[in-house]
Amino acid sequence: MQKFTKYTGLVLPINRANIDTDQIIPKQFLKSIKRTGFGPNLFDEWRYLDEGFPGQDCSKRPLNKDFELNQPRYQGASVLLAQDNFGCGSSREHAPWAISEYGVRAVIAPSYADIFFNNSFKNGLLPIVLNKDIVDRLHIEVSHAEGYALTIDLEQQTVTSPGGDVYPFEVDAFRKHCLLNGLDDIGLTLQDAQAIHDYQEKRKQSSPWIFSDTD
Amino acid sequence: MAGQTLYDKLWQDHLVKQRDDGTALIYIDRHFIHEVTSPQAFEGLRLAGRKPWRLDANLATPDHNVPTTDREKGIAGIEDPVSKIQVETLDDNCDEFGIPEFKIRDLRQGIVHVVGPEQGATLPGMTVVCGDSHTATHGAFGCLAHGIGTSEVEHVLATQCLIQNKMKNMLIRVEGKLKPGVGAKDVILAIIGKIGTAGGTGFAIEFAGEVIRSMSMEGRMTVCNMAIEAGARAGMVAVDDTTIDYIKGRPFAPSSNQWDQAVNCWRGLVSDDDAQFDQIVELHAGDIKPQVTWGTSPEMVLPVDACTPDPALQSDSIKQKGYQRALEYMGLQPGQPITDIYVDRVFIGSCTNSRIEDIREAAAIVKGKKVAVSVKQALVVPGSGLVKQQAEQEGLDKIFVAAGFEWRDPGCSMCLAMNADKLGSGEHCASTSNRNFEGRQGMGGRTHLVSPGMAAAAAVAGHFVDISQA
Ligand code: SF4
Repeated sequence: MQKFTKYTGLVLPINRANIDTDQIIPKQFLKSIKRTGFGPNLFDEWRYLDEGFPGQDCSKRPLNKDFELNQPRYQGASVLLAQDNFGCGSSREHAPWAISEYGVRAVIAPSYADIFFNNSFKNGLLPIVLNKDIVDRLHIEVSHAEGYALTIDLEQQTVTSPGGDVYPFEVDAFRKHCLLNGLDDIGLTLQDAQAIHDYQEKRKQSSPWIFSDTD
Repeated sequence: MAGQTLYDKLWQDHLVKQRDDGTALIYIDRHFIHEVTSPQAFEGLRLAGRKPWRLDANLATPDHNVPTTDREKGIAGIEDPVSKIQVETLDDNCDEFGIPEFKIRDLRQGIVHVVGPEQGATLPGMTVVCGDSHTATHGAFGCLAHGIGTSEVEHVLATQCLIQNKMKNMLIRVEGKLKPGVGAKDVILAIIGKIGTAGGTGFAIEFAGEVIRSMSMEGRMTVCNMAIEAGARAGMVAVDDTTIDYIKGRPFAPSSNQWDQAVNCWRGLVSDDDAQFDQIVELHAGDIKPQVTWGTSPEMVLPVDACTPDPALQSDSIKQKGYQRALEYMGLQPGQPITDIYVDRVFIGSCTNSRIEDIREAAAIVKGKKVAVSVKQALVVPGSGLVKQQAEQEGLDKIFVAAGFEWRDPGCSMCLAMNADKLGSGEHCASTSNRNFEGRQGMGGRTHLVSPGMAAAAAVAGHFVDISQA
């Protein structure tokens, strides 16, 4: 997993509450055998005027020009600014996969659905909780200033606006550690690689028949 | 110190590290892989630039999506494009990473839970995992075996370990002698009927008692296979001579110079006499009759001589609604004798009942008889290419074909209808599989779970019959 360090990113505002995982990535894309390739289908139903199906060349599809993500001023955004209960609905891990692949590294919202919140951390995406008043204010600022970018500093746990306003946020210490060091569950387990090797050597002695190379 | 259960011993033997947050790192000896739950795991490895920790711990075979006809066509014979891509992707991933695989046209290909034990790739004392909930099957060999999700498949591939919490211990003892016509499938269905589909949640179940001891390995696998339908991720049986005799001489079994050492080690894989179980359940073999599920959950099961329940007589209102809904879905009336249920299709197969013994049991009943004219289709789908070959050597295929059954190539088939084998809406099926959920065998399909003998008898009679009365 990529290490999460301090970065400044263009903000994509989607000023709606209860954005569910079916909107984030519709169910027809779950048949895929991949965990990549979902970026072009992020918010598929809002983003395109036609119906999406897996394996399509999305570059040729008619775009919904009204949807924020398609507006020229938000191209290249890496911070997603949303509203309450972001990521509700099914448990699909494809939702954070799609968001990350699109290029977003942090989401800001007043609240999140539990499973989405957990899945995000596992996939290197930082879901930041700021209170509703602040989120509303940020939405107003973004809409008035083209090129509006926020600076996310995970180490300091702050979001800084272009005007220099600093908003602190909370994050679980363990999750922060994992994100800062780019550790997913596997990365964490591999910190114990020596213990696994030691165990394996013992097992080779006690039960050599389990290992085909010890015959 | 108090004695240990078999599960305690297996857990202790595989503990790499107890972590501060209460979880433990558990070493995995054997990892089986199939095409449905592995693609994203392999891709995850690739994206992170990781390699499998140990290649020889893995064994792969496609099973869920493979067609059961025209096997000589190989992958080209798969019509559904999504299924085809999954099988191709498994091949590509195994080739790329160097993981041993029995491909679609390999004689050893089959349902992963049939193939593993058949090859001796499942051995006593192992931890065995697979991205499939019926991995508990392998517990029949005195293993700690359970299903895992796709992100755990990736975790096992990359680290040879899983992060686990210890489960509680449950002992299910079946004492006495089974009546003729009553077998392993009836035992496990009766257990599920007694403790319910959530009865084993949070437990590792050890199956024990005279009945289990006198069962063949095939029978024990059938019992452990459905531990998950009783809510338990893992089911297991202690090691004895039956276990050891079964393993001897199989391709992945210990070589002759390691054999004695292995057997010596395996003999200790039993619960101590003074082991403590959190819960004990007892059943008496003499009370168990051939079982048939009438509803849409494996716990909705009755002896074949019973009648469907009357929801109105249920005291609990949630149960009442559940029963009502199930009867409606199944197209049955309250108080209807099970033997009055006519079947449209018969499916003998799945990781529960597709081993040679199951096929023999069904063939013995079918021999010299004909499938009833009212039955649209009767399928026998052997669990692996080797089971199929063995059955053909015994001439069992001829018995089935002469009776009007279709004799197919190995795979999961109608167990979950991911390939072309499916029930039509409203059709009743006598099935030797393990799940009777709504739509499991095809949209609107009505599944009745039974033993191979009961399925065969239903094919011949056209409706359920009590084979213990024959
Ligand atoms: S036979 Fe059925 S239950 Fe068994 S692995 Fe295949 S699909 Fe799953």
